Amino acid sequence: MIEFENVGFSYGKAAILEDANLAIAPGSFHFLVGPSGAGKTTFLRLCYLDLVPTTGHVRFFGRRISARDRDAIADLRRAVGVVHQDCQFIDHLPLIENIALPLQVSGVEMRERADDLTALLEWVDLTDRIDALPSELSGGERQRAAVARAVILSPEMILADEPTGNIDWDMSMRLLTLLVELNRMGKTVLIATHDLNLIRAAKARVQARVLRLSEGRILPAGADL
Amino acid sequence: MSAGASGGRRGLSRFGAADRIVPPGAQSARSVGVMAAILAFFAVVALALALAAGRLAESWAGELAETATLQIFTDEPDVEDQARAALNVLRTTPGVRSVRMIEVEEQRALLEPWLGPEAALDGLPLPLLIDVGLDPAAFDRESLELRLAAEAPAAVFDDHSAWRGPLVLTAERLRVFALASLGLLAICFAAALSLAAHAAIAASGQVIQTLRLVGARDGFVAAAFTRRFALQAGTGAAVGTVLGLVLLALLPQASEPGFFLVGIGLAGWHWILPLAIPVASAGIAWAATARAVRRNLRKWS
Repeated sequence: MIEFENVGFSYGKAAILEDANLAIAPGSFHFLVGPSGAGKTTFLRLCYLDLVPTTGHVRFFGRRISARDRDAIADLRRAVGVVHQDCQFIDHLPLIENIALPLQVSGVEMRERADDLTALLEWVDLTDRIDALPSELSGGERQRAAVARAVILSPEMILADEPTGNIDWDMSMRLLTLLVELNRMGKTVLIATHDLNLIRAAKARVQARVLRLSEGRILPAGADL
Repeated sequence: MSAGASGGRRGLSRFGAADRIVPPGAQSARSVGVMAAILAFFAVVALALALAAGRLAESWAGELAETATLQIFTDEPDVEDQARAALNVLRTTPGVRSVRMIEVEEQRALLEPWLGPEAALDGLPLPLLIDVGLDPAAFDRESLELRLAAEAPAAVFDDHSAWRGPLVLTAERLRVFALASLGLLAICFAAALSLAAHAAIAASGQVIQTLRLVGARDGFVAAAFTRRFALQAGTGAAVGTVLGLVLLALLPQASEPGFFLVGIGLAGWHWILPLAIPVASAGIAWAATARAVRRNLRKWS
């Protein structure tokens, strides 16, 4: 699904990733761990072409996408749902419009997807909050809303960057349940996190592979994970 | 339908134009409306000036070119003979369509607006005046003057060309000036729109980042901003146009007595033309904003 071929990335002289080779298979469940500042977010941004590799190439669904082909990048992002730690909502739009934003930007007729939207709101238990502005939501509600937005176009892959960073353990488990359910539906899931308890909880429910990002290298995690 | 389902469907009713994604409080978008109103007001005035100057130039070059006067001063001893001879020459000159003696009373009526009703016109040496209607295409002035010099030497033929020429030139230049002003207003508007769009993009970084994240193409983002700005510009320009038309309606019209030279109002179907200004403003806003937004978007990943 996503292949890294000798990928390197650096911010100026600071190398974040060096000569990374990696293939993320369809339907797999991955965790990416590493200390703060190791480059987990940078790695995820490379996965949805928010950043362009300094060296090497990233293949998406078997093909290279030029950084200049902005429409192709936009189309790629419709196939990759992203959940950010800070969720990235549009502050002046109510929750339902934020969740349905991918439908709107894709030109999907809203009324055709009314039932999907309704089911999605029920799935993330936000039916009663559709009129709320993002600033009126709790941390857990924001994260669930971000998941709903990430999956509304039924993407092939879900990328989550520290999705449990701002929520308590119960809410983290609820969010993990949603992501595991998505994986069981055949979606590829990649979660960047430093929460080892979350990884252990996930491994009890799903076959997850854990990668460690350290000193610019991506390696399989140790036996403890 | 469940409560959740009805909630989802209820939520759908709010989806409308893509420009909802542009923050509603964007100061630059409101400024565009005010600026469009002011520029549209000036555009209406400039358009009216261009049309009025065109009308005057047309009138002076056309209608007035079809009239002339012939004067014979009354202190000539044989004024009656010369008048008869002049009339005879005129009636047999190709290109002269009509000839009419202007009576003394009519001359006094013509002079009254300039000298006032109390002026002692009896003491003035009024000439014998003959109003001549011309067909400019068939008329030969030199030939007429040669014949008049031979048969009625006291007659002075005046086809108004001495003062008509500079007036026509002035009116034509005025029209060019007014049209140039319209063009400059359009350029000024487009430049200001670009600046406003740059400002709006700079202030909407989070919105654009989010849209790009969920797969919005540049065309979608640009359409949202251009729609907002075009609507603001069109609405503002409509207000400015109406104000400009009200001002023009309050001005003396060219058809009113005494205002044929200075009436810069609109006439006839020309009143419809300013209605194109809001449409043109929205079009300029659309094009300028689209260009500015697309250029800015290239800076985003």
